[in-house]
Amino acid sequence: MNYNWNWAVLFEEQYLSWLISGFGWTVSVALSAWCIALVIGALVGVGKTVPNRVIRAVSATYVEIFRNVPLLVQMFIWYFAVPELLPDDWGRWMKRDMPNPEFVTAVIALALYTASRIAEQVRAGIETVPPGLTSAATAHGLSVSQTYRYVLLPISFRMIVPPLTSEFLTVFKNSSLALTIGLLELTAQSQQIAEYTFQGFEAFTAATVIYVCIALVATGLMQLLEKYTRIPGYVGTEG
Amino acid sequence: MISIENISKWYGDFRVLSNCTTSVRKGEVVVVCGPSGSGKSTLIKCVNGLEPVQEGKITVDGDEVTAKRANLTALRSRIGMVFQHFELYPHMSVLENLCLAQEKVLGRGRKEAVVRAEKLLTRVGMEDHAKKYPSQLSGGQQQRIAIARSLAMDPIAMLFDEPTSALDPEMIKEVLDVMIELAQEGMTMMVVTHEMGFARKVADRVIFMDEGAIVEDRPTNDFFDNPESERAEDFLSKILGH
Amino acid sequence: MADFDFNVIWSSLPFLWQGLQLSLWLTFLSIIGGIVLGTLLALARLSGILPLSLIAATYVNLIRSVPLILVIFWFYFLVPLVLGRPIGSFYSALIAFVLFEAAYYSEIMRAGIQSVKRGQIHAGQSTGLNYWQIQRYVVLPQAFRNMIPILVTQGIILFQDTSLVFVVSLRDFMTASSIVARTEGRLVEMYLFAAVVYFVICFSGSMLVRSLKSRMST
Repeated sequence: MNYNWNWAVLFEEQYLSWLISGFGWTVSVALSAWCIALVIGALVGVGKTVPNRVIRAVSATYVEIFRNVPLLVQMFIWYFAVPELLPDDWGRWMKRDMPNPEFVTAVIALALYTASRIAEQVRAGIETVPPGLTSAATAHGLSVSQTYRYVLLPISFRMIVPPLTSEFLTVFKNSSLALTIGLLELTAQSQQIAEYTFQGFEAFTAATVIYVCIALVATGLMQLLEKYTRIPGYVGTEG
Repeated sequence: MISIENISKWYGDFRVLSNCTTSVRKGEVVVVCGPSGSGKSTLIKCVNGLEPVQEGKITVDGDEVTAKRANLTALRSRIGMVFQHFELYPHMSVLENLCLAQEKVLGRGRKEAVVRAEKLLTRVGMEDHAKKYPSQLSGGQQQRIAIARSLAMDPIAMLFDEPTSALDPEMIKEVLDVMIELAQEGMTMMVVTHEMGFARKVADRVIFMDEGAIVEDRPTNDFFDNPESERAEDFLSKILGH
Repeated sequence: MADFDFNVIWSSLPFLWQGLQLSLWLTFLSIIGGIVLGTLLALARLSGILPLSLIAATYVNLIRSVPLILVIFWFYFLVPLVLGRPIGSFYSALIAFVLFEAAYYSEIMRAGIQSVKRGQIHAGQSTGLNYWQIQRYVVLPQAFRNMIPILVTQGIILFQDTSLVFVVSLRDFMTASSIVARTEGRLVEMYLFAAVVYFVICFSGSMLVRSLKSRMST
């Protein structure tokens, strides 16, 4: 293997600032998408379990569509196809006047995709609550929404914290797909440094180390959350 | 045949076996009983090295099980073991269950293994079920096959770990009948069980355990007619009382 | 939606079909390689031999913290450098996918191996089977069976993941669609078509998983 090592390249002002800015975009895209995805995912996940058949069907359709099309294709559709499919005025606005189009598109695509995965976790969480508890709540005279609000959701949300941790990590990793529509996030920046300097090893190592740090911090945060929300002695929550 | 000398075992700080000493002679049938959690299952699993011990010495047919470099696989192939939950391989047919170790451990040819397997299936009354899978059979049938699977290895001794305690009452007899026949043929057996009728009928000795220790180790009739310890008396009255 | 031309799909079908074949072939080989390597990683991790399990755990956790695109970039850069000659982008991609997916498959297989009850291992041991024989004949067959639905699900995810070879212009179905889209100037039609094709394949896959699951639970 013939290779000229030059780790100092990472600390040259230009390339260092590329890495920092890439890190910033990665975190911004991931966190924004995560917040939106949590809300939509929780709604759709609950929707898949409610008695109302129409809501169940709509929720199930959402999950199947967004889960069964690769994120990359979804990203392209939001970026290239949707502005053409909307009424002319809206499309023109999206193409010309919308601020930060790559960022906004990446967040929307990533959020809606991640929501479908969160929805499945939420549904699974709700389904692990023993049906006897729902019967008990109904017998006490709670309405459907009260049953969800006071019984099903509090229990199931604690149950799904561990699987959500891995979704949370995935959203950071998946934010790298934003590079395909031109957002210079962390992976894109490291690739760009590799191309400019021919120091691929150093550039990719830097990105890898940063991703590992993000994963460590994210896992740590979720573990704290898990500890904080654990129900004493409840099955499935032992860490 | 089997000798157990001063063995002790801990799970962390918890002592599950303390200073157990006993032995089983060739052709002898020994029943081990005692309340749940008394360490009787652990003791029997130590005999073929499924559970390691921290102190003491176990030898089987002259080979030391507890030795650091003991060839456990060779040793285990000569001692049969029957489990509480049968542990038939669910992904293999009955016949394959009986042939696997014969072929892979004893190096028997396919034909020889099948002949031996069929003979043993006939012996436990299961010859019509060779092609079936374990999940298609009742618990009693599965346990009889598990016994046949052990016998296929031509063991010099058999260990039984609560062989009937996972069975419905109506199936217990069919399994016990096979075991009684085996005992009467002179097989060396060490049996953990609560079936006191079985013990009375075929056991030469009964070992009573409590809290990890061997409390009594006496000829069968002596044990049943006048147990020495209060704990054994207590246990017998509970288990025979209803 | 006035002037969309879906004929462009029809006329470029052979080209797209070639891309799809590459996607499926890459998926197939990566699943095989990923399961084999992943099973070895899982066995290493559960071996009880400290250095071995530590190496396996570190590898799995490292790979699982980085994006697939970065891994693809890594291997496009690294493979020719290590081998001293280029081996073509397909093989670079294949190596990247196998090494990446193995980390995920190893977690599935680890759960599968742990789902096999301890008594089964005892039963194997008590008839004198050695460690490898127990793994080979008793544990792994059951672990695979228990995990089939999850293994297939991971296969569907892997198929979707192959679209990411777009970033290195390997001509899979996604790249082929994108080439047609740009050269013909039919972005909307082509990307919607790509979405439909991926959807049909992946949705059929999830239906298969569902029927496998219900068949296994009865």
